[in-house]
Amino acid sequence: MAYHRYDAVIVGAGGAGLMAAIQMAGQANIAVVSKLYPPRSHTGAAQGGISAALGNTEEDHWQWHMFDTVKGGDYLVDQDSAEVLAREAIDAVLELEHMGLPFNRTPDGRIDQRRFGGHSRNFGEGPVRRACYAADRTGHMIIQTLYQQGIKHNVNFFDEFHLVDIMFTDDGECCGVIAYEIRTGELHTIHAKTVLIASGGFGRVYKITSNALAGTGDGVALAYRRGIPLMDMEFYQFHPTGLYKLGILVSEAARGEGGIVRNSEGEAFAARYAPTMKDLAPRDMMSRFIYQEVKEGRGIDGKDYVLLDVSHLPPEVIDEKLPDVTDFARVYLGVEPKEEGIPIQPTAHYAMGGLPTNNDGQVLIDPSGTVVPGFYSAGEAACVSVHGANRLGTNSLVDLVVFGRRAGRHMLQEIGTRELATLPDNPTAIAEDEISALLGRSGGERAADIRKAMQETMMDKVSVVRNESGLLEAEKEIADLQDAYKHVSLQDKGKQYNTELLEALELGCMLDCAETIVHGSLAREESRGAHYREDFQTRDDANWLAHSMISRTSSGLQVQKKPVKITMFEPKERSY
Amino acid sequence: MEVTLRIKRFNPELDQKAHFEEYQVEVEPTDRLLDALNEVKWYQDGTLTYRRSCAHGICGSDAMRINGRNRLACKILMKDLGNKITIEPLIGFKIEKDLLVDMEKFFDAYKSVKPYLIADQPPGAGERRQSPEERARFDDTTKCILCAACTTACPVTWTSDDFVGPAAIVNAHRFIFDSRDQGGAERLKILNGGSGVWRCRTIFNCTDACPRDIKVTEAIEQVKRALLYEQV
Repeated sequence: MAYHRYDAVIVGAGGAGLMAAIQMAGQANIAVVSKLYPPRSHTGAAQGGISAALGNTEEDHWQWHMFDTVKGGDYLVDQDSAEVLAREAIDAVLELEHMGLPFNRTPDGRIDQRRFGGHSRNFGEGPVRRACYAADRTGHMIIQTLYQQGIKHNVNFFDEFHLVDIMFTDDGECCGVIAYEIRTGELHTIHAKTVLIASGGFGRVYKITSNALAGTGDGVALAYRRGIPLMDMEFYQFHPTGLYKLGILVSEAARGEGGIVRNSEGEAFAARYAPTMKDLAPRDMMSRFIYQEVKEGRGIDGKDYVLLDVSHLPPEVIDEKLPDVTDFARVYLGVEPKEEGIPIQPTAHYAMGGLPTNNDGQVLIDPSGTVVPGFYSAGEAACVSVHGANRLGTNSLVDLVVFGRRAGRHMLQEIGTRELATLPDNPTAIAEDEISALLGRSGGERAADIRKAMQETMMDKVSVVRNESGLLEAEKEIADLQDAYKHVSLQDKGKQYNTELLEALELGCMLDCAETIVHGSLAREESRGAHYREDFQTRDDANWLAHSMISRTSSGLQVQKKPVKITMFEPKERSY
Repeated sequence: MEVTLRIKRFNPELDQKAHFEEYQVEVEPTDRLLDALNEVKWYQDGTLTYRRSCAHGICGSDAMRINGRNRLACKILMKDLGNKITIEPLIGFKIEKDLLVDMEKFFDAYKSVKPYLIADQPPGAGERRQSPEERARFDDTTKCILCAACTTACPVTWTSDDFVGPAAIVNAHRFIFDSRDQGGAERLKILNGGSGVWRCRTIFNCTDACPRDIKVTEAIEQVKRALLYEQV
């Protein structure tokens, strides 16, 4: 068993984790732990762009970006946080450019910008060009650029180390993590003054998802097991344009560049539901429009998909601005987007919920905002909340760089004043027990069967449209699967590169995430943003203009409400 | 359709040397090879070991040798592979377990070419300006996902330990030809050395192997020309 001591340990080497690491590099003793090599992180799959009101191609203001973020989130966004997001996006995007990020350029050499869903000029008048982009591989460029900076600054990477526990003192201070070295099977105690969970989302709880196989919510679930509440877990975003059956993302940039979604009659149906923004209505709405079209029999060939049509765009726009996503259609579906529509359906894409934090990334333990000393989170794992009930396209990348940076800077200050907390006795005990139980059992349940059942339950009963009876069934099914999980056994009993063990540990984390999504969805008896209840079809500000904070207690799951911070924009009905 | 996967297996805790094992799998023609590997791992043999993450050709985890060619398992479909498919780890790196190889040498080579923007004067307010034409010069090499398919397809890397390999040169190219960068001379000096571009024999295996369709050989040639004629 190995022991390490650091000022800061960052779990996750995606955009948020690396942005935080770069703030501290050279000024503190830090480690970045990732179960993947850093450039494999899922930030790299982001496509369309990163918004900032640079105003490079037309008038824009951060207040407009802030408003769109708040409205897009169906007014569940904390407005002080949205202000930070929109203001600091400008400087953060410029910082990425200064680090070397190869953005597409305007003719006069500035960062080029394009339209994206839900982003508007002058508080909703019509689409605005706000998304800074690098073809349709903006996330790839961000992860590469940040990894390059990590190398430049000699960041200490623990590549292919899997998070298995987070350590807290009896007083509730965070004091490090336990990581499993994938190459050797050895547990490492990483003792630290500060810990940042930037381990990403958990889209793999769903059957159809755009998320990487690594998107299993490890950091979120492990914190939850140690008593940290999770916030707004019922808000899970379905992106309207995933490749049919595969869920692979086709960027909103396809619609930003002029693409249109059509039903079996060839109708551009979004205009019927959202007359102003049309196909650039926010994702929650577009996904529901598709659901409705399919339900009313206008899916293609009577099936559960529609077509994304970019065939009318100039071929050079497709080749230069949408090369990757059109390539996905060719490779995986055998469809030539220059000639025919791309079969698409909503795909599980992004968790608005996660570990509750303040604007400096500090994790909160209760609705009054009490900070957990030494414990931070940023990126998709966190819930600041800047996305509220529905995230706008491009704002995930903004969130990563803005709040990853803020968390890193705050941690650097904290490191200067904080003492290293004492480790609990036998810090690896919980992880050791869990791993040895999995390795020791034989003839039990197969993890893949449990995972498949979970993914189908979540897809059928806890996705775009929900209702009480379905959610109650899902609640029971997930609980049964959690019981079955206690009997999982493995064929691989080895220590070196035991990826079967890792997949089983990930399944345990996903089941805990699923539990909170289902329970949060049951509790919230209204429809808001991505959470749509057939049995409570309208937004209920009187009772539910509040975040949910869910935790495990001795008497079962408990949901508390945390007030939403409203500064500039009073909640209004949301129309596009 | 039913296919046979013939997979090279090696468990460092049990085996003296690698051997092949065969698995029958029922797949859809439009499934990815990765789906077939997952089918084996999840339902037949949990010990089968490989890296994977994004499953759509973006993260670079699952490069392997498929029917004798380096490819990403998530970017090749079953219908294009026949009924009997041979799957082996990448050549030239130490096999750690089954299809999973030691990537440290690969990342060390990548790091050796200073793969980051070198521009020491402060950028001033706003972005550094770069024309679309300047941006286009290095566009192709920004697509690299560090999967190692090119480097491990190169016969020079099979026989020598010190060649940095195509992927490292691609990533050096990405900066050498970036108008904002001032580290070109440092990188060219590295690539002019014994482990650099002159080891390349212009075999084009790298270009054939790249799952991102990067013109790898052309990028290497551009670096060679930059060294010969100081054309950056």
